[in-house]
Amino acid sequence: MEVIVEVEQLKKSFGKHTAVKGVSFNIAAGEVFGLLGPNGAGKTTIVRMLTTLLPPDSGRATVCGYDVRRQAARVRQCIGYVPQALSVDGALTGYENMMIFAKLLGLKGKERNKRINDLLQFMQLEDAASRQVCTYSGGMVRRLEIAQAVLHYPRVLFLDEPTVGLDPVARKGVWEILAELRQIYRMAILLTTHYMEEADTVCNRIGILNHGEMVVKGTPAELKAMTGNPGASMDDVFTYFTGNYLDAGGDFRGIRQVRHISRRLG
Amino acid sequence: MESDRFATSAVALVKPAIKTAGIKILIIDILTIVEMELRKLRHEPTVLFTRAVQPVLWLLIFGQAFSRVRAFDTGGVTYQTYMTPGILSQSVMFTAIFFGLSTIWERDMGILQKFLAMPIPRVALVLGKALAAGVRALCQVTIIFLLAAITGIPLHWHPALLLAAAGVVILGAVFFATLSMIIAAIVKTRERFMGIGQLITMPLFFASNALYPISIMPDWLRVVASVNPLSYMVDFLRGALVSGQLTSWQADVGILLVACILATAVGTYLYPRVVT
Repeated sequence: MEVIVEVEQLKKSFGKHTAVKGVSFNIAAGEVFGLLGPNGAGKTTIVRMLTTLLPPDSGRATVCGYDVRRQAARVRQCIGYVPQALSVDGALTGYENMMIFAKLLGLKGKERNKRINDLLQFMQLEDAASRQVCTYSGGMVRRLEIAQAVLHYPRVLFLDEPTVGLDPVARKGVWEILAELRQIYRMAILLTTHYMEEADTVCNRIGILNHGEMVVKGTPAELKAMTGNPGASMDDVFTYFTGNYLDAGGDFRGIRQVRHISRRLG
Repeated sequence: MESDRFATSAVALVKPAIKTAGIKILIIDILTIVEMELRKLRHEPTVLFTRAVQPVLWLLIFGQAFSRVRAFDTGGVTYQTYMTPGILSQSVMFTAIFFGLSTIWERDMGILQKFLAMPIPRVALVLGKALAAGVRALCQVTIIFLLAAITGIPLHWHPALLLAAAGVVILGAVFFATLSMIIAAIVKTRERFMGIGQLITMPLFFASNALYPISIMPDWLRVVASVNPLSYMVDFLRGALVSGQLTSWQADVGILLVACILATAVGTYLYPRVVT
């Protein structure tokens, strides 16, 4: 099996606070790997290190065989990234958002137009394509963002809390799209979430993080079996391995951001 | 190595786009960022007009009143005419110096993170944004210039000089916009950014030759004014638009260029740190 993301003893501190304390895991090509954990567990920090936004303090991480620190430019060519906040430019139309991204990704001419139109259609956004994005619903924005992130057919797609702040219908829509995209493009997906049941249905493997440490990793079935209770739900699994579900930290900015998203989605 | 494994019927088109590097790509990236900013502007064109109101007030009210005070030699033109290039430059600086606020806003929204995770050279991000600020400034300056001309302020309309003035307006805006992005990368929050922005704009404005010549300043202020890039922008614009004589254009353009290059270098280094 081809390993596409390799993480070894990755560490990151912010001042005195150690956000990620030596985390290791691998992701195979085409696999969906879920990072689960309460707010402040280090999920977003890991994603930011793997997407070259934040240099690790120590340890090693490679994406598509490239080192995230020394070969950052290479890594950026083979990944797609959808950050936690709804991050499309509201002043531009859906089509413009796609076109600017496609140009920056180095797509040209007919190929560029074809990919943009195919993806807009796939995301059911073709009717809204000429509208400014500030008129979109949260689910539509999320679909547009995912479309932008896969324009260059990345080998790994990073999704940070892809469904946070979305209503249940929009959330289901996003998961369906991701499942389908994965089938078509055979890309590996790394997602972070704190919706346990959703992780159960979409992830091939799950890693549970708590206080910056990888507590356990395995397939959903393996994790359930480990609790000794065959009928365990993912919530049970989570409580079993982290001890306390309600012990959710989260820094001020994180909380502010989630509030901000919820507010924008009304 | 990338894709051939997947080249089976339905997914035959699924091929990762590998972007090459090089100076041509760099220029395309810069222009794409400029295009993005201009498209945004096209959807919200009113900002250009609202931003032109304040400078016009300076010219029409302050300028007219002070034209009666003949405190120093304006080179044979009214004070209102003398100060017009100063006000044009000031409006460019005021707009550009708060440009970095959009960087912080984009960071909070997650837009910046997305761009930083894309295969775009950092210098293209910084220069693209700064050039877009330059084009914005140019639109704004054109409006003020036309209003000034309509109200009877005598300005030179020599095409070559106007073109040169446009170039210098862009240079000035690029410098102040990049400076603004540097400040944003250091302070990281809107509140602190606004504080610093307000703290430095007025001193930069007063410690320049925008409203009065450097020759009447006390010695210490002269030193400040002579390292202030705004002075060189005003000097060039005054030469091009008022006197029609570009006596020290080499120094003006040279210093602005060096300032832009330095600011871009520092900005490119610091810009990705906004997200950390």
